[in-house]
Amino acid sequence: MTADRLAEVSDLFVLAAVLLYLFSMVGFALELAFGRARSDVAARRAKVPVTVGGAGGADEADGADGTAEAAAQEGVEPPSWAPKAGVAALVLGWLGWAANLGAIVTRGLAVDRWPWGNMYEFVVAICFAAVTAFLVTQIRQNVRFLGAFVMITATLGLGFAVKVLYTAAGPVVPALNSYWVAIHVTAAILSSGLFILAGVAGILYLVRGDGLSRLPSRADLERVAHRAIVLSFPVWTFAVIAGALWADKAWGRYWGWDPKEVWAFITWVAYAAYLHARVTAGWRGRAATIVQLIAFGCLLFNLVGVNIFISGLHSYADVN
Amino acid sequence: MAVKELEKERAPQPAGFGVLGWARWFWRTLTSMKTALILLFLFALASVPGSLVPQRGVEPDKVARLFQQNPTLAQWYDRFQLFDVFTSVWFAAIYLLLFTSLIGCVVPRAATYLRELRRRPPAAPRNLSRLPHHAALTADLTVEEAARRLRARRFRVDTGDGWVAAEKGYLRETGNLLFHVSLLGLLVAVGIGSLFGYRGNVLVVEGDGFANTVANYDRFIPGREVSAESLEPFSFDLKDFKASYQVQGDKKGQELDYSAYLRVNDTPTAPARDYELKVNEPLEIDGTQTYLIGHGYAPVFKVTDGQGQVAFEGPVPCLVEHKPTLTSGCVVKAPDARPSQLGFLLRFLPTSVPLTDGTYASAFPGELQPEVQVLAAFTGDFGVRSGRPQSVYELAPTDLMKKLKPLVMGTSVPKPLAVGGSLDLPDGAGRLEFTGVKEWITLQIAYDPGRMPALIFAGLATVSIALSLMIRRRRVWVRIGDGGAVEVGGLTRTEGSAAGFAEEFDDIVKVLTAGDKDDR
Ligand code: HEM
Repeated sequence: MTADRLAEVSDLFVLAAVLLYLFSMVGFALELAFGRARSDVAARRAKVPVTVGGAGGADEADGADGTAEAAAQEGVEPPSWAPKAGVAALVLGWLGWAANLGAIVTRGLAVDRWPWGNMYEFVVAICFAAVTAFLVTQIRQNVRFLGAFVMITATLGLGFAVKVLYTAAGPVVPALNSYWVAIHVTAAILSSGLFILAGVAGILYLVRGDGLSRLPSRADLERVAHRAIVLSFPVWTFAVIAGALWADKAWGRYWGWDPKEVWAFITWVAYAAYLHARVTAGWRGRAATIVQLIAFGCLLFNLVGVNIFISGLHSYADVN
Repeated sequence: MAVKELEKERAPQPAGFGVLGWARWFWRTLTSMKTALILLFLFALASVPGSLVPQRGVEPDKVARLFQQNPTLAQWYDRFQLFDVFTSVWFAAIYLLLFTSLIGCVVPRAATYLRELRRRPPAAPRNLSRLPHHAALTADLTVEEAARRLRARRFRVDTGDGWVAAEKGYLRETGNLLFHVSLLGLLVAVGIGSLFGYRGNVLVVEGDGFANTVANYDRFIPGREVSAESLEPFSFDLKDFKASYQVQGDKKGQELDYSAYLRVNDTPTAPARDYELKVNEPLEIDGTQTYLIGHGYAPVFKVTDGQGQVAFEGPVPCLVEHKPTLTSGCVVKAPDARPSQLGFLLRFLPTSVPLTDGTYASAFPGELQPEVQVLAAFTGDFGVRSGRPQSVYELAPTDLMKKLKPLVMGTSVPKPLAVGGSLDLPDGAGRLEFTGVKEWITLQIAYDPGRMPALIFAGLATVSIALSLMIRRRRVWVRIGDGGAVEVGGLTRTEGSAAGFAEEFDDIVKVLTAGDKDDR
């Protein structure tokens, strides 16, 4: 296939991914709306010990989910199709994931370089990372309750990429033609994907009241968020440091307080503050979640806001 | 948990508030986790203006423009050091407090940690079934055998009358301490770099050279401890510069690659060598790095004055006005021209094409049809000899501009000059010839002795934070009763990272029951 054909295929894959994520979101939402929360909890109980990549984990000493379980038991008998909707949603999610992957691979082949050289490609890759984080986590633990929200985030993210950020396939400026793209940007994408998962859980935490709700229990949400951040923080640290190494090669200094660097730093400090906040007594739950969401806001601002509102040296940010 | 223990040790004493009491109170407050948290927030918050207000160290021209456009605001910004956020007093205050707090935090923790390293695992609690993980089994097991099996799983083990206590995962605390220490190290490395390092920019035109002395820089930013003699004595000539651009498609005109071909003398006596300088591939000479930052065109002009003498001849670096086509603005000054000085405002078009409305524009950044438009020519005093600082990109300071006498204005010159073309000024005032095209590059030259230490500490920080967050501290106790009744209990000491322990615990129970011969 020619490069142009590949680029077209990539664009089609992205559209397919948007649609599949959207349908998947609907499926998860139906399961959440008509299913019974209790089945979630029971399943989670059975599976809890295993985690993503063997790192991070549940705090068994944490007795909070017992109450959620009891509360949820009082629900009405759900229609029998509800769990099926969930399974269908999962299948659609995986299909969307495959399409998203296909989009990235064909784009990479079309441009003959790492396919994250501009904002469009970057956001497509981050959506992929977020969905991957979700899908892989749910293999080992029941976090299906997050499905609808992760999928809507990915749908919106891809939609935003296509509508606002779209850049035709093409070469990048010389500064970006470096193996550091593979190292620095890949780490940034991975950790951003995980932070998105945590952010989604954090928002749900705040939206959900303390009482009986269709939404997962606060303890579950907080645990998912914390685990994702614990996993992501070292990766983000690495991404920032790899960025400094690259800046050292490209711009003649490893750190120069370019706006992008400033916000990467702010994001890093904010997540460190979150980790500290949890260690300090009394900063669990709501307060810690707010700190986490502030950090998440910094991350998003760095990904999107800085590129659009503030000009800097980071040349990949060519949004016209 | 370690924190709580620590905070207990430092429980507030009823201070007889003398100076010492206050000092102690201040130190305790400073090193508390709450203060650390607040300082962390402040640290992040204080960086924000650094990204919103242009910074002197990063964009000096934007700062200057703000001073011109909005002097009142600029002065207020300046008063609060908002143009120099990251070197400001208040920013330094925050991070020095934070790092003092960090020292105050790390030192006692390190002491506790060292003590703990030698301490044996705590004795078994009375009721093992209360622990989060618990199992009761019957096995033919002695205390020694249980201890051996746990040791084989790399637990630290202590035994007592009928019980075994085991603990594992000390690396977590090691990682945590190492991480915080690395942050301190990183700060020191950055500090060393800013004291003993320097940074400078220089523009070099093809055919010219550069020798690394302070006087040769266009802009030089030394650290406090840098002296002129400490600069590495290398030099190089710019032999050639080549850039390639995308020729087709949406991205037509985008840079693909560029290289500067240098002839380098590492020291004044060393033999010259060739070096191809590219983006992302700096030239390193004994710790001093030379980076290729930008490039542009330097058309060559010859100015003959009213008396027929050559008043100026040479390349003129032009400022890039439009990056995608490298349309550039040039200023040519001939202060030696007689009877009066001459100056020209020009536009350089690397690939000049006529537009339908009779004007010309550059269609491509490469040098395919290089032409120069004469926008204006002036005569008069350009202030070059006035001793006032002058910009090579400006004809004259604004007040002098008004007094200049225009000889030619843009509209009267219909067609741009091609290489070899010339323009005769009216009234025999002189003549401008466009004789050729060269290219210029901008370089950043930097020396930073803190680079390597910073890299080492940064790497250490990454590894140790991963250790600290991934490893869990866990304890297992075994109590052996009469008739082979064995009770096992376990817990993880670290909040939020207990996952996987249930499995490990099951494994341990299996090993205790069945022996470890067949356990992998
Ligand atoms: C430069 C700023 C700092 C950064 C970026 C930072 C970052 C971190 C990170 C990422 C963790 C891991 C959290 C976890 O294990 O869940 C941590 C833990 C910790 N930090 Fe800091 N820290 C900083 C300053 C401080 C200061 C000033 C103190 C003391 C006042 C401190 C005390 C601690 C303690 C006690 C822990 C251990 C928590 C535990 O045992 O799990 N840190 N820090």
